[in-house]
Amino acid sequence: MEVELKEMLNDLESLKRSLTDPSHSAPIDKLQLRVERLTSLAKTGPVRRSKVQDMSAEVVDSNPYSRLMALQRMGIVKNYERIREFSVAIVGVGGVGSVAAEMLTRCGIGRLLLYDYDKVELANMNRLFFRPEQSGMTKTDAAVQTLSDINPDVVLESYTLNITTVQGFETFTSSLKDKSFRPNKEGSGVDLVLSCVDNYEARMAVNQACNELNQTWMESGVSEDAVSGHIQLLIPGETACFACAPPLVVASGIDERTLKREGVCAASLPTTMGVVAGLLVQNTLKYLLNFGNVSPYLGYNSLKDFFPTMEMKPNPQCSNFACLERQKEYLLVKPARDAASKAKMEAEASSVTEAPLHLDNEWEISVVDDSEPDRKEAKSSDALPEGLVRELPSADDFQKPPAEAADSTVDDLEELRKQLDALNS
Amino acid sequence: MEGWDPNTKSTLTQIPLLTTKAGPRDGPAWTQRLKEEYKSLIAYTQMNKSNDNDWFRISAANPEGTRWTGKCWYVHNLLKYEFDLQFDIPVTYPATAPELELPQLDGKTQKMYRGGKICLTVHFKPLWAKNCPRFGVAHALCLGLAPWLAAEIPILVDSGMIKHKDDAATSAES
Repeated sequence: MEVELKEMLNDLESLKRSLTDPSHSAPIDKLQLRVERLTSLAKTGPVRRSKVQDMSAEVVDSNPYSRLMALQRMGIVKNYERIREFSVAIVGVGGVGSVAAEMLTRCGIGRLLLYDYDKVELANMNRLFFRPEQSGMTKTDAAVQTLSDINPDVVLESYTLNITTVQGFETFTSSLKDKSFRPNKEGSGVDLVLSCVDNYEARMAVNQACNELNQTWMESGVSEDAVSGHIQLLIPGETACFACAPPLVVASGIDERTLKREGVCAASLPTTMGVVAGLLVQNTLKYLLNFGNVSPYLGYNSLKDFFPTMEMKPNPQCSNFACLERQKEYLLVKPARDAASKAKMEAEASSVTEAPLHLDNEWEISVVDDSEPDRKEAKSSDALPEGLVRELPSADDFQKPPAEAADSTVDDLEELRKQLDALNS
Repeated sequence: MEGWDPNTKSTLTQIPLLTTKAGPRDGPAWTQRLKEEYKSLIAYTQMNKSNDNDWFRISAANPEGTRWTGKCWYVHNLLKYEFDLQFDIPVTYPATAPELELPQLDGKTQKMYRGGKICLTVHFKPLWAKNCPRFGVAHALCLGLAPWLAAEIPILVDSGMIKHKDDAATSAES
């Protein structure tokens, strides 16, 4: 385009020179000015920023990481640059997942793995991140397009698949195990899995994969009426898994019977989704970069602006076999863990030199510790704090029926298939 | 089970319950579960036929029994409306129910998720969760799909969203 505009300027110049009547030169001057303005406009078109080798703390306009590195100088984070070593998998690139992906991308995360099987639709435009011109693209492709523009330093991997199917699940678990990004990392190939899906089936699939791989993950969700949400940290064996108890939902705080459920299956708001994505990524940063308290469960009730929190221990009768295995392993290393935490406490205590703060204490003033004497026992999974309810009932106990008397019916798979086919024809 | 009509209730009690808690990744246990699925589907289909209430065909589309395809139909104002039916057995089955899909109705009703997955959240999911692992595919059809068709098809027909195949053919000819 710039070349064309330059040619046009030359043509105008020669035209001006060839004209004998000076009264015509004024409009040509005007034209020349317009072309010059167009040329400067064309030069300020989209620029892609180049990759950055090292995160610098230098405060200049051109440094994309200066404000993040300032977290170190303010004493919030010890070593922010470690963020480039971390891999985070985001399952579900919808209203929450896409925003979480953008936040982590802007934070300079090392590697993002994105999973979704859906396409962008105009009906998604009430939420953040995706743009109308991306409709029809797969959510993973559209996300990679936008995210690689925002921060080319992030390694992006996208998987367009449904993790609840047998095949999709296999690809999902093998991609989590792949350690080519950081070969010396312990455990799986990712540091954290974020579940940003919108249904129970997919959450249970993430739970299954993470229990099997002993992979820490975080769950997130927004209610179907779009007015509440939650995030939850799940460490296999240490905290309740997603199958240990029926999932928790934040009670809407208004009479459920007054809510209209007919007609639509799900509403959504960019606000609630943005808040939940923010809470999720904040907890992720705290977990990865080791600052503040990582919340085990945080609910958000937007109608009352209420944020319930709680902890959940794993259920020793969990129906998930892999969860029980992880629970056993966790109990096995308990003595070592206790010794380590005791040693740490002692080290901290000895580093504080004990000397009386004040030599006299005429009024016998003493400081009383107002924190609770012992860390509150995490609630067992059936007692719920205010504002939380279960989404689904637990499975009823049932006795196995007495073994059918010498099973007279057919017990061959092929035979049964034929019987059904015969009925179908 | 409050609020269910006595017909559905009595049908339900006659569908054989399952006992093996196994999903498609559980090897021999899954084969056992698959046998139980077949037994309960056979019993349910026979029952429907003998009660003159035959309303679906379903069979496994792969040897592993993880993908199922077939048809289901609903009679409204003496006209039969038939739809393709398909679903996958999820990896977390039977902790999670199969997501029943009617791809031809995708986008035609709000009580459906993308891809034609019918909305089961309120009327069926709690029942499935409560009865895991005793409920199988036959129960999902009886308590999930049948009430959905009964609620949605009359509305879809009356609002003109779906047409009977004879009507569709004549209007195409004219």
